[in-house]
Amino acid sequence: MTGSTNIYVSGTGCTKVGEHWGTSLRHLAWEAVNLALLSSNTKKPDAIFIGNMLSPRLSQQLNVGALVADFCGFRGTEAITVETAGASGAAAVRQATLAIRSGEINTALVVGVEKMTDAVGTDVTTAIAGGADSDWELAHGLTAPAIAALIMRRYMYEYSVPTDGLSGFSVNAHKNASTNSYAMFRNLISHEQYSRGAMVSSPVNVFDSAPDADGAAALVITSLDRELVEGRTIQIAASNLTTDSLAIHDREDLLTFSAAETSARYAYEQAGIDSNDIDVAEIYDRFGVYTAMSLEACGFASQGSGWEMAQNGSVSLQGSLPISTFGGLKARGNPGGATGVYQIVEIAQQLAGTAKENQVLDAKWALAQCLGSSGATAVTHILHMIDSR
Amino acid sequence: MQVPRNWRLQKHRYNLLGEVCEHCGVKLFPPRDVCPECSQGAQALYQFSGAGNIHSFSQVFDPPNGHTENTPYIVALIKLEEGPMVTAQLTDVDVDQLEIGMEVEMVTRKMSDDGTEGMIIYGYKFRPPIVD
Repeated sequence: MTGSTNIYVSGTGCTKVGEHWGTSLRHLAWEAVNLALLSSNTKKPDAIFIGNMLSPRLSQQLNVGALVADFCGFRGTEAITVETAGASGAAAVRQATLAIRSGEINTALVVGVEKMTDAVGTDVTTAIAGGADSDWELAHGLTAPAIAALIMRRYMYEYSVPTDGLSGFSVNAHKNASTNSYAMFRNLISHEQYSRGAMVSSPVNVFDSAPDADGAAALVITSLDRELVEGRTIQIAASNLTTDSLAIHDREDLLTFSAAETSARYAYEQAGIDSNDIDVAEIYDRFGVYTAMSLEACGFASQGSGWEMAQNGSVSLQGSLPISTFGGLKARGNPGGATGVYQIVEIAQQLAGTAKENQVLDAKWALAQCLGSSGATAVTHILHMIDSR
Repeated sequence: MQVPRNWRLQKHRYNLLGEVCEHCGVKLFPPRDVCPECSQGAQALYQFSGAGNIHSFSQVFDPPNGHTENTPYIVALIKLEEGPMVTAQLTDVDVDQLEIGMEVEMVTRKMSDDGTEGMIIYGYKFRPPIVD
């Protein structure tokens, strides 16, 4: 990063991901905020950054920043919502780091919160599809899974991917979620189940798509030297946000997430490392083909070969590049604007050594990448564990 | 009812009318007024032929609002012969007949509606060319 301010994750917390019919947006946010503050040395942040994408549409609630500040006992504190569709939570983390870098604040509270279940049916599908180009994609009946499907069919065509060749990503995600107490889906699935999945938008089927859900995750991010757990400081070594064309029909190469590629490159440069140094990664595994393309964008696989990592075991907890270590979007769940914050909570847990049954051994460098609008926005963070004993 | 938002786009949607950048010659659809290649103004209208081929397609089973009656329907990325890629539904064709690379032509069809009393939105779809 330019400048010399070091930034640390000093507190984390998250709720279960699922259908929280009985819990409102503000209560869900408070649950995560409370956990994050309790786990840190902070009683009151200087500013609050919210990641949320759908509450204006689904809950008729604008200004979630002011709402969360007020409800969580921080009336009067600076607070703002950051929105970049599915990457909103990660973008909120990005804005927090920029604010701390500016020198105007020391400590930020970042909260990703989403209530997908405040509405049901086509209203939710439509709201989520608003991440695409409203006039030239959504108007023609495109949905988020349909966009992934258009990319997936072309990806499989150009790179000769066998039918169901991406199933390994979903199987791996579910395996990891089975030992994660806050995951939405804790059932194991098989390759055979994946192959019999009902179509959502062909060729994307239900076992290839991450579930939309409710959830809230929170982080305390600070320039004050603070351990996350005894003996370990978790530094944010890189933070980047890059954009690409909003509509996929305007992408230079449909099969390259060029924003993700550029964002990862800047992040590696800021951190002074390359992809080989990454011990664990949370990438945007919303659909199997996005997982494959994200692996390629981050330099973990060459162009067109990301799908092979679904088949050769390298993405498992014991593999060379563990991903979806708590279930990922696919099985931990995808609570929209909260997802990007869950990813950071998870890699922080990996670096802190508190991942229990999901622990990747000796993790020192971790990458989290979140995408919005099918890759129109890419946000990459790299975290580094510093032994402070 | 989102009348102004859709009314503005009528001539582009009904006729596949886009733009050409007079500085670098690139043809643009959808129209966007600022050329993404050279970043200069690109507002001269350009009439596309409607000919293209299927770059990818998908059959949608889980629709957004306004498309429920038509479900399942097929969406596609169409590479127009003049260069741009557009998103549109395919019509007058079975999903089992589809292949990447197939030639298609543009037609004007009903895109969506808003219940029995709402707006009907028309625009471009694509179908295999009618051979005489």
